[in-house]
Amino acid sequence: MAIRDRLSGNEAVSIAIKQINPDVVAAFPITPSTEIPQFISQFIANGEMTTVFVPVESEHSSMSACVGSEAAGARSMTATSSCGLAYMHEMLYIAASNRLPIVMAVVNRALSGPININNDHSDSMGSRDAGWLQIYAENAQEAYDNFIQCVRIAEHKDVLLPVMACQDGFITSHAVERMELLEAEKVKAFVGEYKPEHYLLNPDEILAVGPYDIPQYYMEHKKAQAVAIEKARQVILEIGKEYGQLTGRSYGMIEEYKMEDAEVAMLIIGSSAGTAKEACDEMRAAGVKAGVIKLRVFRPFPAEDILKAVKNLKALAIMDKTESFSANGGPLGAETKAALYGKCNALTVDYIYGIGGRDVKVEDLKSVYDKLTEMVKTGKAPDSYQYLAIRE
Amino acid sequence: MENKMRNINPTNKWQDLTPGGMIFASGNSEEFRTGDWRTISPKFIEEKCKQCLLCVPVCPDMSIPVVNGKRTDFDFDHCKGCGICAKACPFGAITFGE
Repeated sequence: MAIRDRLSGNEAVSIAIKQINPDVVAAFPITPSTEIPQFISQFIANGEMTTVFVPVESEHSSMSACVGSEAAGARSMTATSSCGLAYMHEMLYIAASNRLPIVMAVVNRALSGPININNDHSDSMGSRDAGWLQIYAENAQEAYDNFIQCVRIAEHKDVLLPVMACQDGFITSHAVERMELLEAEKVKAFVGEYKPEHYLLNPDEILAVGPYDIPQYYMEHKKAQAVAIEKARQVILEIGKEYGQLTGRSYGMIEEYKMEDAEVAMLIIGSSAGTAKEACDEMRAAGVKAGVIKLRVFRPFPAEDILKAVKNLKALAIMDKTESFSANGGPLGAETKAALYGKCNALTVDYIYGIGGRDVKVEDLKSVYDKLTEMVKTGKAPDSYQYLAIRE
Repeated sequence: MENKMRNINPTNKWQDLTPGGMIFASGNSEEFRTGDWRTISPKFIEEKCKQCLLCVPVCPDMSIPVVNGKRTDFDFDHCKGCGICAKACPFGAITFGE
């Protein structure tokens, strides 16, 4: 019997970590993820967890500590946000290329500057090429569910890559929602005991991790890493299904909302997908065949899943909660259009929305559907990408 | 998935390499032929050598093999061409960059 509770996203993820009881958590506080290491420290102090907590002096060190402990054979986790994630940028690549299945709670927050502590996706999108899987939550329930699944996905023998379990700062991390938890023993049984095949503290095997790679080998190692992240899609789908059998909540690469007969839709990530569903319902009530595609997994990029979802659309809005200063739209816009090129006839428009914590209202997202309807009517897409609800 | 190779070489396919380049062996730096970093080579002139062995301990790459108490010619698979041995030799038995 599931445990019904009311929790914030940070509390939900902290409880997931308590239930998993990993070997090591090394973390440094940064808003809005600070509560996660704070709660874990309290759980450990209260004797509710046996995890070793490593209080480090920076995020570069927290990720370095996780790299070391994971290579040693310990299930290792951390949490961060914004500039903290930027500060561990160098070590993110080390974790991924050394094929260390670290799980990190990322509580998405804008990168400075101008300095800002509120939500957008500029931090994790800035790390999108580091070789980590990225899974985004819409609400506290998903933040909890995703985090538990991430352990299995990361440690799967076909993957062996680190994962970022992302949730929106404050909107998800601090808002209290009604949700369901699993019993700790069910979580422990689901994730299982960590049994790495190769690890430094194994006295029966000689091993060096992270050696210098000369030009004759680097490309082959990168190819192997690329194949591992390609294989992650199947693993994510299998584990999302298995989690569904346990909880009644199944997960895929994307979530389609009212897409069966949709003519216009938006592709959106994270908490704003909830707002988009409300906007979609209101548009449907007004006679517009609207839909929402929520992107759950950004790495690996769900190109084939998106392609399948949009095949009957007339127009698609691609919503980026970050600027990438390409002068050509955001990262989700760029990658989605690369996936659709030559395979889909829908008109597309890219939007930058909600950055730096800007409130995303239902009427803002309804204006996106209005834009899509206008595009369908005129048969023309805008020449450039758009800023949603900008004062001008 | 992997082959725990002891003799990794540049003909190996990506499928055969270890994840992240993990090395399942110790004492294998000898297999990494750093000699090709060398741009200038030392030359051993055996007839001038008194076998004082002053050159042996100063070589940073252990590239002067000693057999039965006597030095032999350089190990050019690993000599990086620093020239320290030539400076250390009191008898002009090692030339460098000539």
